[in-house]
Amino acid sequence: MSDAGALSVLPEVPRLPDRSVSQLAFPHRETYVQMVRAFRDAGFETCADLCAVDYLTHPGRSLPDGVKAERFEVVVNLLSLSMRQRVRIRVQVPEGDPTVSTLTDVYSGTEAMEREAFDMIGIIFEGHPDLTRILMPEDWEGHPLRKDYGVGRVPVQFKEAPGPR
Amino acid sequence: MSDDDQSPVEEPEPEQEQGAAAADPSRHLGGYSQEIEDLEELATEELGLAEFGSEGARTVGRGRHAAEVASLVAETSEGAQELFPRADTASSELRREVGAVLRLPEGNFINTDDIDIERRDDETMIINMGPQHPSTHGVLRLMLELDGETVLRTKPIIGYLHTGMEKTGEELTYVQGATNVTRMDYLSPLTNELVFSMATEALLEVELPPRAVWIRMLMAELQRVSSHLMWMATNGMDLGSTSMMIYGFREREMVLSFFEKTTGLRMNHNYIRPGGVAADLPDGWQDDIAVICDTVMVRSFEYDELLTGQPIFRERTEAVGNLTAEEALSLSVTGPVLRSTGVPWDLRRTMPYLDYDKLDFDVIVGTYGDNFDRYSVRLNEIRESIKMIRQIADRMPAGDYRVQDRKVTPPPRARIDESMEALIHHFKIFTEGFRVPEGEVYVAIESPRGELGCYMVSDGTSKPYRMHIRGPSFVNLQALPVLLRGGLMADAVAVISSVDPVMGEVDR
Repeated sequence: MSDAGALSVLPEVPRLPDRSVSQLAFPHRETYVQMVRAFRDAGFETCADLCAVDYLTHPGRSLPDGVKAERFEVVVNLLSLSMRQRVRIRVQVPEGDPTVSTLTDVYSGTEAMEREAFDMIGIIFEGHPDLTRILMPEDWEGHPLRKDYGVGRVPVQFKEAPGPR
Repeated sequence: MSDDDQSPVEEPEPEQEQGAAAADPSRHLGGYSQEIEDLEELATEELGLAEFGSEGARTVGRGRHAAEVASLVAETSEGAQELFPRADTASSELRREVGAVLRLPEGNFINTDDIDIERRDDETMIINMGPQHPSTHGVLRLMLELDGETVLRTKPIIGYLHTGMEKTGEELTYVQGATNVTRMDYLSPLTNELVFSMATEALLEVELPPRAVWIRMLMAELQRVSSHLMWMATNGMDLGSTSMMIYGFREREMVLSFFEKTTGLRMNHNYIRPGGVAADLPDGWQDDIAVICDTVMVRSFEYDELLTGQPIFRERTEAVGNLTAEEALSLSVTGPVLRSTGVPWDLRRTMPYLDYDKLDFDVIVGTYGDNFDRYSVRLNEIRESIKMIRQIADRMPAGDYRVQDRKVTPPPRARIDESMEALIHHFKIFTEGFRVPEGEVYVAIESPRGELGCYMVSDGTSKPYRMHIRGPSFVNLQALPVLLRGGLMADAVAVISSVDPVMGEVDR
């Protein structure tokens, strides 16, 4: 399959070259599912990975022109077995309204991955069939992989340590 | 579950001698109603399956027909919920509900008749399997909906081993990071280190000396052998072949002894590090490799004799837990589970990394995607790996086992006494670590369980800004509901085993 022809039908979004994948796309979150669908129809049979990143303390990352940096990013790695290609899709998700549409209707394998992204970062995937915590206990508060989520510490008392001053 | 649990549930011929009990199942069930209430609560809260859980359990508990339930208003933890008979549920709603538990690929058209395999709502029960069940390979919990002995829907519940390793990874430098990731998939620690190191090196843009690459390949293939041997052992145990368990552990121990000799540890080696490997291969490693290869190869044919042709083993594996290629791809399944469905997808061949394109090996595929195919794919992958190990041992290049970039790898111990500069480099690397240029990268390798990916974001400091590991077990576990559906409860153990989940990697 000639990928140039197949991929030309994709919606116009800013793209960047990448070291490890052939394409890197930055759709708006409104057109994100439509774009993933187009990729699937163009021969990307499976979704290898989906995760989210909290860019709270690293706001100055390089993005192509026309893409407004937001606090969260949902990163989707699609894989084409027939073309032996990967594509990575990075969607900006604003802090005030951390919602994107679910991909479970396109790739059912993203279900657990989206639950993980919800659990860890707090992205809400609209239309997900079962958006519940997957790794943390159900009554857990907060989303541990957010940058403003404190890291717990256990004080270690060494035997020979000097006493409190 | 004992026999009298089931009698009110079955009631196939109410006219027989237990007619009285069947006519009023609630009487018969009396003692269990509390249990059912608990189950219902569990289903409502934990499954997120308000309609299914409460309706199904309530119908069993009170012996009512679905039509009578229609007017019921159930008190749940989320407030009052109205219940409707299953037949009234819209098919889109049904699909969503089913999709939450039994995940079907979009391409599969769901026939509503197909969802209820000859059952009524009052004939099913939900049981918990695990998290401490010995065959769940760690702490995997399954909620199984059973119709008699047949499994209808399944929900894997994970997180019991979650230790926040991705969060920990953000607190550790790139030098320390390999120690963290090696504990994820504890049955193949070297592949975890490999993917972490490759992601770091992709951001650093360092080129490895050939010997480092080939040592990595050697260790990764030995790791595959040991991991698959471990799988053969535990799978044998799950299917009642305790001899296989002893044999599998015995051969794996040979590989682990070699690891101990090379890396200092049997598991969690921290051997493959950004910039190369921690130490060169020990003296006489060729002899050890030759012994391992010869022994495991010969004994793999003994396993054939022990298992492959054995009627009981075949009965329990053939046509059990079938998966089609479309389902596997839609569920993002990779590794031996995907190859067993006939898809020749192996990253070592299709998207070569390290120097796998210079090796001669076959990609093993199955045909039916059942337990037996998954078994034979893994057994033959052991042989393929041994073939590769022999080639690597023959062609191992000479040279450095790590890059001689003092900003990335520490100087040799002897140099520290002689050179101030070496001392500074050593101190810098082990206190502060090295800085990695800003960027983000996704690297994937073929671990014994499938595509092991690492998505790494660097903000230019010496610690990863975000380190996400795509664990193949985590994703492959999504196939369990599809594999178990329609099978027997007794086969569930065999099916879980055939997916080969490692809970350390699932929960991370």
